[in-house]
Amino acid sequence: MDDLLSEFLTETSEGLAVLDVELVQLEQNPNDQELLSNIFRLMHTIKGTCGFLGLPRLESVAHAGENVLGKIREGGLEVSPQAVSLILECLDQIRSILQVLEATEAEPEGEDSDLISRLNVFADGEGADSGSGEVADPFETLDTEAVASEVAEPDAEIAPPAEAVAEEGAAPESPQAEPPQAEPPAAEAAPAPAPTPEKKPTPAAKPAPKGEAKEGGDSAVANQSIRVNVELLENLMTMVSELVLTRNQLLQILRGQKDSEFAVPLQRLNHVVSELQEGVMKTRMQPIGNAWAKLPRIIRDLSIELDKKIDLVMKGAETELDRQVLELIKDPLTHMVRNSADHGLETTAGRIEAGKPEIGKVILDAYHEGGHIIIRIADDGRGLPIDVIKNKVIANGLATEAELETMTEQQIQRFIFKAGFSTAAAVTSVSGRGVGMDVVRTNIEKIGGTIELTSVEGKGTTFIIKIPLTLAIVSALIVECAGDRFAIPQLSVLELVRASAHSENTIERINGTPVLRLRNRLLPLVNLQDLMKLSTPSALEVPEAVSDAEATTDVATVSEERRDSTDGFIVVSQVGSYTFGIIVDRVFDTEEIVVKPVARILRDNQMFSGNTILGDGSVVMILDPNGIASATGEVELAEENSDAVNDRHAARGEETVAMLVFRIADNSPKAVPLALVARLEEIELEKVEISNGQHVVQYRGQLMPLVLMEGASELKTEGRQPVLVFTDRERTMGLVVDEIVDIVEDRLNVELTSKEVGYVGSAVINGHATDVVDVAHYLTLAFNDWFGADANDTFGEEESSRLLLVDDSPFFRNLLQPLLSVAGYEVTCSASASEALQRCENGEKFDVIISDIEMPGMSGFEFAEAVKNDPRWSSVPMVALSSFATQKDLDRGRAVGFIDYVAKSDREALLGALHEALADIRGAA
Amino acid sequence: MTGTTQDTAAPAHPLISDTTQEFVTFKIAGQFFGIPVLKVQDVLSSYRITRIPLAPPEIMGSLNLRGRVVTAIDMRARLGLPVRSDDGDSMSIVAEHEGELYSLVVDTVGEVLALSTDTFDRNPPTLEPKFRAVSDGIYRLDEQLLVVLDVNRLLDYGHAVAAAN
Repeated sequence: MDDLLSEFLTETSEGLAVLDVELVQLEQNPNDQELLSNIFRLMHTIKGTCGFLGLPRLESVAHAGENVLGKIREGGLEVSPQAVSLILECLDQIRSILQVLEATEAEPEGEDSDLISRLNVFADGEGADSGSGEVADPFETLDTEAVASEVAEPDAEIAPPAEAVAEEGAAPESPQAEPPQAEPPAAEAAPAPAPTPEKKPTPAAKPAPKGEAKEGGDSAVANQSIRVNVELLENLMTMVSELVLTRNQLLQILRGQKDSEFAVPLQRLNHVVSELQEGVMKTRMQPIGNAWAKLPRIIRDLSIELDKKIDLVMKGAETELDRQVLELIKDPLTHMVRNSADHGLETTAGRIEAGKPEIGKVILDAYHEGGHIIIRIADDGRGLPIDVIKNKVIANGLATEAELETMTEQQIQRFIFKAGFSTAAAVTSVSGRGVGMDVVRTNIEKIGGTIELTSVEGKGTTFIIKIPLTLAIVSALIVECAGDRFAIPQLSVLELVRASAHSENTIERINGTPVLRLRNRLLPLVNLQDLMKLSTPSALEVPEAVSDAEATTDVATVSEERRDSTDGFIVVSQVGSYTFGIIVDRVFDTEEIVVKPVARILRDNQMFSGNTILGDGSVVMILDPNGIASATGEVELAEENSDAVNDRHAARGEETVAMLVFRIADNSPKAVPLALVARLEEIELEKVEISNGQHVVQYRGQLMPLVLMEGASELKTEGRQPVLVFTDRERTMGLVVDEIVDIVEDRLNVELTSKEVGYVGSAVINGHATDVVDVAHYLTLAFNDWFGADANDTFGEEESSRLLLVDDSPFFRNLLQPLLSVAGYEVTCSASASEALQRCENGEKFDVIISDIEMPGMSGFEFAEAVKNDPRWSSVPMVALSSFATQKDLDRGRAVGFIDYVAKSDREALLGALHEALADIRGAA
Repeated sequence: MTGTTQDTAAPAHPLISDTTQEFVTFKIAGQFFGIPVLKVQDVLSSYRITRIPLAPPEIMGSLNLRGRVVTAIDMRARLGLPVRSDDGDSMSIVAEHEGELYSLVVDTVGEVLALSTDTFDRNPPTLEPKFRAVSDGIYRLDEQLLVVLDVNRLLDYGHAVAAAN
């Protein structure tokens, strides 16, 4: 039976039962207004639901009943025994129709004009003041409903008279006997029999034969389902979970014993508990279709709003999953389907142009697969545009161009799960605000699910969500570290690697940080013992805390050796697209565990998602890979982009820059902005050649010039030497250094301007005075034409003017930022015009804006126009920056409001222009 | 039925009246303490405790009490008392606080005493603040003094710490 219908039957039966009781109460307390209102409301609900479900016959009966109740409520009628019995009769009629409805899933044939007319006459006759308008109302309803039902089930309209005749002979003279005229008679007929008192038995007689079998009038469906408090079910579930664990414990004991007399009964217990678990789980299961119910409507509205033809195909709506999970995925699913329809599908015109069927398809498919539910959301739209994503990634500073080059298409596509990322060019009311996919991902990962996507440009996009069936019991890997055991949810474990010095998997260290080479990739490793600040068990303060004496001694020796050893097990985990390894001492089985929340005192700790009791009865903490990932490196971009804009604004000048710190011969630390460095390489000095008076090395099929820094010792002839590789477009340069020291996140505040060639100045980085290297200087050493001009002079602007630099190329941003800071400006960078305008929205203020002209999305010209049209920023002078400066460009630049136009390579001119721009402002002020 | 209830109830609580209250008594570092008996769910002798990394120092770890996870609190650390020097077994008193179970690890648990409110005194104002914060008052016993601990305040220190910061 249709879920909606069975729910309706349950609900209405309940409502009727309440009505029966309350009507009787009302008869005794005619003046109880509250009771009356409640009765009226119940009746109204029944009527409303009938109308909603397209049950005209029920609706008309309920309507007439409600009509009488309405009169009573308004004071037009007294609560009389006659009124109550009439309404009760009306309820009985509803009940009898419901019985048939339940059996046949359709309203019974026949009509209730007699009862209705009596109800109406009652409402009308005794409440004379209400006039004919009230009376007309039910008939109107009746009329339209009848039409509706005729459309729906035409034969039903023809049948009633026959039935009426067959069932009782009193009706021949009744107008009901003129059936073929279909619905109008229903309306006409109604008033006619009303005055005829002997017609009264008719309605009672008619339902009787049908109702006989189920005397008492209770719906069978209603009896078969009961409402149970969710909390009760949750408790039941918890108890069963405990039972399962106890069973596991017993089975574990049994495994250790041969020929136990408990074997057979335990086996039975095992089966019974399994079935019990399954049964209780079922009580929490709901078809996923419940979460989809709203989607057809949303898609319909969308297709009108966006003027697209969309076909929503839903498969596997009956797939069941835990209601808790269902609640949690409801919103993400809705969002994704919206996204598919809005971003994914082309407009109708676009589809025709692309030679696709006019109607776009969004397919929603759910199915079970090995303890998980797989939900597939596919569209046959335009697919994810790789280039647009790339540009956006660079514009938002999520990755450098160089990084992108090393990524697979899929890795690039995954960027759409980062915060603040929307590929929709325009913000529609539907989507494009760039909040969404990251929230979807977060929500799904929160319940231990994963989300993958595949997309072919021009063909469409498919998202695959994998979520556990239930949250109550999860499969977890039990590991041990420094004598303590921990559980790691199996879902986030990709694989296990055993590392030892003698195998091919060896833990290597970079400045003490462990890493693992795994199938041509470098896997960052996290040492659980360090992370948890675990001491070896011998140092334990609490003797009781030791779980197992034998294991302890064993582990103690292991962990003492292990500090710098290369042995251990590595649990390779995945959080989103970030893969990392967790080093542990031992790995045990996987176990089914029940996740229990940790005590309130411990809830601040992000490393744990809960705790659980294992089969042997001991408590273990459940590690949260998400928490570990964010605690150990994977920067949560979600915060970086949305919230941090404001924070950054608040802490102006506190922006941190990642600096690569290295040394050359003279030992004072040097630094370059990390973002400038494309790669770190070690070159073999034997392979260095001399070409055109310059050191070069063959690198990736090209000749890479090697540049020695001022003050560096001469290149040796053998051994290996670290090199910082800088890349811009086609060109590559290697800067030879002696030692790479560290990568430091610090605010870049160049305090001393250097007179020395090759340095922009000195800054305090990590507590040490560090020379900041002027990469541009060395670039020009390698390629004379890297920048057109080669000017090192810096302008010592005294005042700290706030400067906004808008440039899509991270390279130039990173190049200009130190340069401009040296010149005394407080530099803020934006990777795109829209990001810059966002700063304007946030109320940030700047004294001067430097903007690139060629930018993806909004060009510099458009940006200038937007700025000039915004009252908040319209007075800020703007300087254009471009690689090419033709007269035409200059003119256009002036036209849109740039006060000056400077070639990117001409830093002297840039500083001059800035100086002038600010002088103008001061002069004006 | 009514008769039997009275019969069993009468000898079991001969001392309960408006003026007496029952306490589970225990000792930490030689000091005598008491917790109202109705607050106590269980008394455990040495139990296997799983330590919890990165937890506050007074959290000894967690243990499994009939399928429920109980957080063990080191009462010495909680009250700022010195770490126990002897290796004797410790015992714990299990109490519920806001729906969660806590096990208060103490040196020894003594008998249940019914104490008359006549012998009750408020905290001396000179009492150390850390003690005063969790103590409801003092009972003057013949041989020694008994400090009444307020379980709620004892386990609510998360809030107290937060407020102090």
